[in-house]
Amino acid sequence: MTSYVFIESRDPFESRDAQFIVDTATALKQHDNEVTVFLVQNGVLGARRNAAGSHLPQLAKAGIILLADGFSLKERGVLPTEINPAVRESTVEALVDLLVRDNTKAIWH
Amino acid sequence: MSRKTLTLALMDPPYESANSTTALRIISAALNKGINVNVFAYEGAVNLPFRDQAPHANPVKGTTVEEEDHPTTKHFISSLLETGKADPLLTWVNCGLCVDERGAGNSIDGVKRGGPGDFLKMAQESTNTLVIPTR
Repeated sequence: MTSYVFIESRDPFESRDAQFIVDTATALKQHDNEVTVFLVQNGVLGARRNAAGSHLPQLAKAGIILLADGFSLKERGVLPTEINPAVRESTVEALVDLLVRDNTKAIWH
Repeated sequence: MSRKTLTLALMDPPYESANSTTALRIISAALNKGINVNVFAYEGAVNLPFRDQAPHANPVKGTTVEEEDHPTTKHFISSLLETGKADPLLTWVNCGLCVDERGAGNSIDGVKRGGPGDFLKMAQESTNTLVIPTR
């Protein structure tokens, strides 16, 4: 099994290419890989519980681990109480831990 | 157990994208965990450690240079190179052709000149490699 870490930096409401993450991450998960999507920068803007057009529920339904950078959330005024329960607040330190695991591939988007 | 190494390829120029800030945060976090870090700065990213960067006052707010305390990427990188001077080690390589195109040869101390071959070698010898491209 390979672990994939997608680092999503793009605002899903600004660009349709957030669908790339949904399609690719879901396909990898369906092939029995461990898949994590780490939201950073404007990528966290889809993490609000009330974001009706967010792509994150699809990812959560597919069993993908969803993490959001706390620094990016704070910068953008996204409060912990507003976050979709499928998303866990995280840190770049935790991201580094993910990146240096064996057999892990990292994709920045 | 051998020490882990993380390689990053950066492409964004300074003061353009939040990618630069996140990259510097990742480098800092890795060094603080005792992980060696290689950086290959390509295209506009070779300006990140450019020595001639200068902080500025803010005429809109009427603040001085000192009051504004404007952070420059060269200062961040200088601090990271100090943290990563030996153990763990931060190796920062600027793409030489990109430097020449931009006249950005006056880098801070500790920055090396190289080429894509260095990036390949870094990637082959690393635990993992993260490419942060321009959009």
